[in-house]
Amino acid sequence: MIDHVALLPAYLAAGTAVLVLLVDLLVSRRGATVAFTGLGAAATAVGAIAVARGGDRATFCTGDACSYLATSRAALVAVLFALLTLGVLGLSAPTLRSAGIPVGEYCFLLACSMTGGVVIGYAGDLVTLIVSLETLTLPLYILVGLRRTEVTSAEGAITFFVVSVVATSVTLLGAALLYASTGAVHLSLLRSAFAADASLVHEPLVQVAAALVVLGLAFKVAAVPFHAWAPTAYDGAPVPVAAYLSTASKLGGVIALLYVAIGPLPLEVAGPVLAVLAVATMTVGNLVALRQSRMVRLLAWSSVAQAGYILAPLGAAAFAAGRSSDALDLAVAATVAYAVFYVAMELGAFGSVVALRGSADGGAIEDYRGAARRTPWVGVTFLLALVGLAGLPPGLAGLFAKVTVVRSLLGGGAGWLAVIVALNAVVGLAYYLRVVYALYSAPDASLGADACVRSDSSSQPAVAPAFGFAGVPWAVAAALLLATGVAVVIGFAPQLVLDAANLAAP
Amino acid sequence: MREWSVVLVATLALPALGALVVALLPGNADRVARLVGTGFAAAAFVASVVLYRPGDAGRFTYGAIRPWHELDVPWVPGLDLRFHIGVDGISYPLLVLTTLLTLLCCAYTVWLAPAGGRGRTLVALLLIIEVGIAGTFLALDLVLFFVFFEVVLLPMYAVIAVWGGDGRRHAARKFVLYTLFGSVLLLVGVFTVVAKAGTADLTELTGGDGLSRTTQLVAFVLLAIAFAVKSPLWPLHTWLPDAHTEAPTVGSVILAGVLLKMGTYGLIRVAVGVAPEGAAWAAPVLGTLAVAAIVVGSLVCLAQTELKRLIAYSSVGHMGFVLLGIATLTATGIEAALIGNIAHGVITGLLFFLAGAIKDRAHTGVLGELGGLRERSPWLAGVLGFAAIASIGLPGLAGFWGEAFAVIAALGRGGPLWTTLGVVAAIGGALTAAYFMRLLRRVTHGPASPAVATLSPASLAGPELVAWAPLIVLALAIGLIPALVLGFVGDPVQALTSAVPR
Repeated sequence: MIDHVALLPAYLAAGTAVLVLLVDLLVSRRGATVAFTGLGAAATAVGAIAVARGGDRATFCTGDACSYLATSRAALVAVLFALLTLGVLGLSAPTLRSAGIPVGEYCFLLACSMTGGVVIGYAGDLVTLIVSLETLTLPLYILVGLRRTEVTSAEGAITFFVVSVVATSVTLLGAALLYASTGAVHLSLLRSAFAADASLVHEPLVQVAAALVVLGLAFKVAAVPFHAWAPTAYDGAPVPVAAYLSTASKLGGVIALLYVAIGPLPLEVAGPVLAVLAVATMTVGNLVALRQSRMVRLLAWSSVAQAGYILAPLGAAAFAAGRSSDALDLAVAATVAYAVFYVAMELGAFGSVVALRGSADGGAIEDYRGAARRTPWVGVTFLLALVGLAGLPPGLAGLFAKVTVVRSLLGGGAGWLAVIVALNAVVGLAYYLRVVYALYSAPDASLGADACVRSDSSSQPAVAPAFGFAGVPWAVAAALLLATGVAVVIGFAPQLVLDAANLAAP
Repeated sequence: MREWSVVLVATLALPALGALVVALLPGNADRVARLVGTGFAAAAFVASVVLYRPGDAGRFTYGAIRPWHELDVPWVPGLDLRFHIGVDGISYPLLVLTTLLTLLCCAYTVWLAPAGGRGRTLVALLLIIEVGIAGTFLALDLVLFFVFFEVVLLPMYAVIAVWGGDGRRHAARKFVLYTLFGSVLLLVGVFTVVAKAGTADLTELTGGDGLSRTTQLVAFVLLAIAFAVKSPLWPLHTWLPDAHTEAPTVGSVILAGVLLKMGTYGLIRVAVGVAPEGAAWAAPVLGTLAVAAIVVGSLVCLAQTELKRLIAYSSVGHMGFVLLGIATLTATGIEAALIGNIAHGVITGLLFFLAGAIKDRAHTGVLGELGGLRERSPWLAGVLGFAAIASIGLPGLAGFWGEAFAVIAALGRGGPLWTTLGVVAAIGGALTAAYFMRLLRRVTHGPASPAVATLSPASLAGPELVAWAPLIVLALAIGLIPALVLGFVGDPVQALTSAVPR
């Protein structure tokens, strides 16, 4: 008996993709296509909340184990993905208006990707989880390559595709080995299998399987040493797609990791792997970001480093003190909270880039000299996002994100990891400040007055918006202000995020 | 006592509101905006002054900290963060000094906005810095303390990076990265304590009850390094000379006057208060480093050729005395540190105002190019002489008490180590006299140099007098009546030192 109510969010998301394709075929107007995508994403969010209000549901069950679990944490994930899709859709306005980007395909692929993201939250077994994660990623290969006249775009798409496929096969191999050694694919059955037989943890096959699953998923969050695809893919993709990669796609990986690593996999194996990944990711990400001169590459490396902070609380499970159920609850809540804070600020940063650059690519950091003086309000949103990512006031959201992570690490007895996180924050500030300094410094006189950010897009002439908010298209301005507004609100009331994150604790 | 909570919040809310209003006023109303900002700073100053209520001590709580007024509302329960602020005898003088210096700096900016950016932005940033510093002094919740501690970083970075001298970018980066290094260790230290104690309330944590010796040692090391960077304690001081030299006049005044005090205040209230056993364990190291700072600071000053840089290095020496006082962990020593804090804020604030005035007039701060100021501008030279003598620690002026009693406290601890430290610190104090005499000889005496000879012989401008007069009066008043600062710290200091194991 299939519970179609529980499946409603997935139906809505998938329906959006199909509907968009039809609208593009039948109506064939840009506005209509975009509007239906946006409405579909909103409906998905509403549907997820409505289902969650009716209590927990489950379907596709064999015995006690179910493959599809409609819980409140699943609803939280679905709502996050739907909102992110809405935000990225808003930021896509200049890109969609430029020549050469097929609107229908773009919106269809975005909606497909959203479907995968929505289903991740509801996944109850390894297969559903991996398939939904792949559904999230697959459309992105094409989206990254959408700037068809640019070599970097194709390069990014190919790199992303190859690395991602390898990662998926590594995860699948791990899942297969797990099945071979335990006979279970359901997350709940895996959990009880390891709980029932403590000696299972010491089986070499199980240890290899657990490590492979975690490492495969680490590709998706672009954790070091599986990060090399991210800067190339981000820089090659249209900026809104890069925004989606660094928020939604990363969020998908984090959630998948949370679902499998906490509970179903033995933490004796997953914990140390995660700790090493976290330390390497934040340190390498920050150090390499110091040397970047292109804006999107800098943001890409910074998002690599941020993935390290996101994983750090889970790294506390490397030690016995971090594996008590209190410490684990704290760690999961901290990871989810950091991810939510991060996503809001990252969207603000990419949104600001789109607002300043229109449909052009991210460009060099030098191109942003004086940008905040020309468009002060975008300067403020960019400043808040960057300073928040650095974890300092006035970006209070980022400050509390950092505080949450350090608190959970010290609560889990991993003081050394807290010190590493803290020292990394210092390195991070150095490059975020470089961007802020460029934004607010006087424009270089030698470039002339019109060397402004917008006018140097020789390959793709920027489309001057016919209407908009202070020189920025309405859709972009709305998405950017919304993201910044959310970041400011959760900065002053972080309890909202912490309460939501507690839903996610196992 | 609800109405007093309102005043307490007003000392933080007024500058914050002021910064917002100044930032939102239309772009062409620069001077008006600066005036409005000064108005808010004045209101905050009044609000902080009227908080004076030593008689009410102990009415609310019965811990080691007995605030005269306090406000305690939950903010983020998930992070153990409460908006818990209060004022007592230790924080009151520092709070008033903060609001006073901000007011003077804002008023000074109305008269003379430094080149580099818009004057009203500078005023707005000064007000935000005031919120951060005052909040740090008022916070009675460890996490809140950390949040306010961080608020100061970026506005101060902007003040140096936008309105500073030629090497401003480098100096600003160095300042912000160094001090962020300190404050992230503070974050780890704070949560080391909070995770073990289960509360972030300073009134409960003070005295170190409920924390094991190991926790206290770890926490004290983390917190002490964090505050040592801010104070700054040798050898973590290298950000300070650059930042001071490049910062605009008002930036230097705030930096030296109150921003450094966040470090020493934190050391007294948080590090010693929360981890007394750790403090007792680390005291010899802290004392040795403090004396090293005194000697090194003085020797470096003797070799300085630039006016602002010299005053900046003199801060390293003076803060060494403050830290020596804290390191003794005796009531005398901590009281010496508290009055030394205020005296240094007043005197060095004045010195930086004067250095700024001289540089604005002569367009150079190199000692070799100055000289004969006494002939061209006797008033300026006179005030500079007064400030230098106050900084040396002449009895009867503010600088005397802190330095003399830090030495007395060290000698009072007895034993070969502390006796040696006391003697060496006293020798360092004598070196202070040597370099300030050298400064005066170079700047005010001798024949007028070409840079000084071109000065118009006009006396001081009215706004300058307004900005300096309160500091001159305070330097004299605190020197004559130290009870102005120390009159109400007896009980809180006693409570702090009684928790330290001997």
